[in-house]
Amino acid sequence: MTQSQQTKSVNDERVKQRSRFHQALIRPELGGIFGTILVFFFFFLTARDSGMFSPTGVMNWSIVSAQFIIIAVGACLLMIAGEFDLSVGSMIGFAGMSIALLSISMGLPIWLAIILTFILCMAVGALNGWLVIKTGLPSFIVTLAFLFILRGLTIFSAIATTKKTIIGGVRDAAEGDWLAPLFGGKVLAGLFTWMGENGWIETFSRGIKKGQPVIEGIPMLIIWAIVLIIFGHLLLTKTKFGNWIFASGGDARAASYVGVPVKRVKILMFMFTAFCACIFATAQVMEFGSAGADRGLLKEFEAIISVVIGGALLTGGYGSVIGAALGALIFGVVQQGLFFAGVESSLFRVFLGVILLLAVILNTYIRRMITGER
Amino acid sequence: MTKPIIEMKNIEKHFGSVIALSGVSLDLVPGECHCLLGDNGAGKSTLIKTMSGVYKPTAGEIYFEGKPLDLKDPRDSISIGIATVYQDLAMIPLMSVTRNFFMGNEPVKKIAGISFFDHKTANEITMAKMREMGINLRSPDQAVGTLSGGERQTVAIARAVHFGAKVLILDEPTSALGVRQTSNVLATVDKVRNQGIGVVLITHNVRHAMAVGDRFTVLNRGQTLGTAKRGEISAEELQYMMAGGQELAQLESSLGSTV
Repeated sequence: MTQSQQTKSVNDERVKQRSRFHQALIRPELGGIFGTILVFFFFFLTARDSGMFSPTGVMNWSIVSAQFIIIAVGACLLMIAGEFDLSVGSMIGFAGMSIALLSISMGLPIWLAIILTFILCMAVGALNGWLVIKTGLPSFIVTLAFLFILRGLTIFSAIATTKKTIIGGVRDAAEGDWLAPLFGGKVLAGLFTWMGENGWIETFSRGIKKGQPVIEGIPMLIIWAIVLIIFGHLLLTKTKFGNWIFASGGDARAASYVGVPVKRVKILMFMFTAFCACIFATAQVMEFGSAGADRGLLKEFEAIISVVIGGALLTGGYGSVIGAALGALIFGVVQQGLFFAGVESSLFRVFLGVILLLAVILNTYIRRMITGER
Repeated sequence: MTKPIIEMKNIEKHFGSVIALSGVSLDLVPGECHCLLGDNGAGKSTLIKTMSGVYKPTAGEIYFEGKPLDLKDPRDSISIGIATVYQDLAMIPLMSVTRNFFMGNEPVKKIAGISFFDHKTANEITMAKMREMGINLRSPDQAVGTLSGGERQTVAIARAVHFGAKVLILDEPTSALGVRQTSNVLATVDKVRNQGIGVVLITHNVRHAMAVGDRFTVLNRGQTLGTAKRGEISAEELQYMMAGGQELAQLESSLGSTV
């Protein structure tokens, strides 16, 4: 009692004390947490018997969510730094094709193809960033140009060298490679075999895999997603550089006046987004064993939607990696869940549009609360 | 009189065919508040931007602590102790007070060889500095957006002082503020001056200038109309010089009171 009186007397009498609910509401992750609970609750009620929550079902939506998470973490940090990258989807197609062309058509070892592709993609990311900084144009326009340039180059290079738009044979080429399992491999296989032997998870009852567990292990894709979430979250909230990311997106001029290297921060974030797209592409190529010129279509929007559902502001300067990851999880669970629930899959897009709209409205409201605007 | 910490001699700045400054001289001694007055377009902003390294002067010299100064960008001026607080660019509203306070100068601690932002130290320093300046924060992670305009200016001033400013340039700190907030900011200026920091205060409000100023320099159309000490000049005279005489006098007589 005395304490509350003290704080009251100390504060400006016109500043109302905020309730706990309001304080919780201005955490960027809140919408994501709430949405995740709601989505799981919904599917638990409607699709419990469909196998969505069996080990294979869980693995199914986890992989899809992990894919979304990987590109969402990159898009999230970039959006907080105040920029967009619409070329993520094209970058995925470009990176996959680059790995396939370098290894299959040009005969380089897979590890070298992967490393060269990462360097190439991050260079394109840096070029994106450099152009945005140099020209002062909105990143929306610059990266929209790269959406077309990269997609066009991908299709052209595939057709010009192999007369095909899908290049296969990557899996065979990756056999015995040291770097490829980092993207296409599975971990904890022993644990799952052990769990299968103990009857905790299902095993195949016939065929050549008889006795083996239905889940061979955790795909590296999921490991990458978890590593990126942890890295992104620590970088953003617990480091000096994270403060610079917030500052660059919040007000680039104010930040540069106090000595924040805004240009460097933004260019590095463009490169990080390209890096994430490249991880996505490499894992996908390893999984399918092929690269296709049309891979990654619309992924840039899915990444941005995940980030926005996760509470980041489109205008930059505010957001959370955990929130973006939850947004991506919602995305993956709903996409696969509608399939399990036997709902017409075209309704997924309706859902997407509605949830995006709701998230943006909620975020605008939250921003007004933080900044005290009316 | 103590030796000036910063001296600007015959500064000229041309933007293409426009002459923004034509030979302006100004000096600042530690512990004084030097008010720079002038109407819109008089060249106040251009002058302080040359002082803080945003612009390079076309002609003229700047001396800092007796040595010639060549500023390449705003970072140079910050590193030698010239801090500028811009009216609307002081703070980022979406970020917390602590994050704003340490923006660009984050304290770090090493955990397993990796540098992490030391939130604990940062929060403690912020709370202490804010209390010194007379602002009681609910919590250090309160967003700057929840502070009033005057409080934001105060946070920016406290930040500049904490990071070792010897010269503090305030660009119209009171122009968007109410009466009480203005007096708070002017009180902060007084505190800072008493710590031995030289303050350049830009304003076009004579009363605000008279409240804290030790010396007054009036700019008009890119030229200095003169520098006067406190007590040597009245508010009316300053007002008259700023507005360039005649026209304002006519307007005042038709309005029947002082503008």
